[in-house]
Amino acid sequence: MYSVRLWSVRNARLLEALYAVFETLLESLDPVFRRIGYRRLERPVAAVEKAVKSFLFDCRMCGDCLLSSTGMSCPMNCPKQLRNGPCGGVRPDGNCEVDPGMRCVWVEAWEGSRRMRHGDGILAVQVAFDHRSAGRSFWLEAARRRSAPAPEAEEAAS
Amino acid sequence: MTEADPVFRTLPTPPGSSSPGRFEQILRSGRFAVSAELSPPDSADPEEVFSRARVFEGYVDAINATDGSGANCHMSSVGVCALLTRLGYSMVMQISCRDRNRIAIQGDVLGAAAMGVANILCLTGDGVQAGDHPAAKPVFDLDAVSLISLVRRMRDESRFESGRAISSPPRVLVGGAANPFVPPFDFRVDRLEKKIEAGMQFVQTQYCFDVPRLRTFMSRVRDRGLHERCHILVGVGPLASARAARWILAHVPGVHIPEASIDRLARARSPRMEGRRLCVETMQEIREIDGVAGVHVMAYRQEEAIAEIIDASEVLGERRPWRPGDESPWERRAVQ
Repeated sequence: MYSVRLWSVRNARLLEALYAVFETLLESLDPVFRRIGYRRLERPVAAVEKAVKSFLFDCRMCGDCLLSSTGMSCPMNCPKQLRNGPCGGVRPDGNCEVDPGMRCVWVEAWEGSRRMRHGDGILAVQVAFDHRSAGRSFWLEAARRRSAPAPEAEEAAS
Repeated sequence: MTEADPVFRTLPTPPGSSSPGRFEQILRSGRFAVSAELSPPDSADPEEVFSRARVFEGYVDAINATDGSGANCHMSSVGVCALLTRLGYSMVMQISCRDRNRIAIQGDVLGAAAMGVANILCLTGDGVQAGDHPAAKPVFDLDAVSLISLVRRMRDESRFESGRAISSPPRVLVGGAANPFVPPFDFRVDRLEKKIEAGMQFVQTQYCFDVPRLRTFMSRVRDRGLHERCHILVGVGPLASARAARWILAHVPGVHIPEASIDRLARARSPRMEGRRLCVETMQEIREIDGVAGVHVMAYRQEEAIAEIIDASEVLGERRPWRPGDESPWERRAVQ
C-alpha cells in the first residue's frame, strides 16, 4: 500500500533495527532450515515474506532484497526498476517521470537512507541484476548465505 | 575485406589510453572539449546522416549519436556510428537501457567497436511514455550504472557479463550522464561518484540553463576530486522561444529551465536570436568553472546554428577540431 510504503521510509531507522534482529534470528535458524530442507521451505516462506513485505514496502519479490541499502524504499517500484539510484527524469517536485502521481522511489530511498544507521549502502554499485531470483524468498537466501559460501567463492575454489 | 584494407584495420590505442579515439586524447590534454548531439533521421538514406554530420565539421571533437532519444524511434545509434566512423568522425555511441537487454547491448558494443566507435555513453533512457511508442514494452534489464560496469568489464577483463571470454576486447572510453538540475540534489554528486566507481570516464550532463546550480554541484564535485577522475562536459543548447521552452518543460523529462530565462525569451524581439545569445553566455560562464572539461551542445532542430554558437562563445580559442581530410594520428579510417 502506497501510504504504508511511505511510512516505512519515514521509519527506516526503526525498521533497520528490527530487521537486524530478524536477520540474526534467520541466520541462527539455518541448521533448522537445512534439516527441513530449503527447497521444501521455499514456497511457504516466500508466501509469508511476500505478504509481510508487500504490505510494508509494496515488495515485488525480486529475490535479491536491497531495502537495507535503499532507505527501506523498494527500488523495484521504480517503473524503470533502477537499482543504482534515480534517473535524470525526476520531476521538480520529486515525483516520478513515468508516474507523476508517485514520489520518486529514489528520492524516498535517499531520504530513508539518511535516517538509517548504516544508510551508506546506497552508495555501493549494484551489478547487473539476476532476473532468475524473481519470486524467491530472500529471507531464506539470507539464512543460507550465512553458512554456505557465496557462489563466487565456490567458483574460485573449483 | 582483407587485413590490408585500411578501412578495417584495427587502430592502435595510445599507451595509457583506453581507446584509439581522438576524443579521449583531447580530454586527456586538458583542452576545452566540445561535443555535439546528432539527431538520427527517420530514414534509411545514409546521405541524411552525412548531411547532418557535415554541420559539425571543424567545430566539435565528438558527435553523439542518440539512441531513441525521448523514447522516439529513429535510425539506430549503431547504424549512424557505423556510417560516420567510415568517414573518420569521432563518434560517441549512446546506449539506452530502455530498449535492449544485456545480450543485445553487449553485441552492439562489440559491433560498434569493430566499426571504429571509440566512445560509448551509457544511459538509463527516458520511459516509453515520453515518446511515440508508449505501447512498447520497457526493457530496463540493466541500469546506467550496471551498464557502465559491464562495458568496463568487457574492455578491461575481456569478458562478457556471463564471464565468457572475449578474444579482442572493445577499446572504448566509457561515458555516462548526470543531471545536477533535478532532485534529489544531495544524491546527485554521490550518484556521479557511483558511476565513476563503476568505470565512467567522461560525463555529459543534461541541459544547463541554471549556472548557479551547476556551480554548487561543481564545487561539491571538486571537494571530492571527482573532476580529476572523470571528464565533465556540461550540456548546453539554444532555446527557440518561450513557447518552445515551456513545451520542453512539459514534455522532455529532466530539463530544468528557470523562469528568468523564459521571461528573457518572451521579452526579446527575436526570441530565436536571444536563445542563441543565452546559450553563448551560458557556455562562456561554464568555461570559467573550475573542473569543467568541456561542453556538450544539443541544438535540437537548430543544428545549423551550432557553428555560429561555438564561434561566438570562443570556447575553442584558436583550436579547430578535426574535419574529414585532416591527418590525425588516431583516425586513419578516413581512407575510404
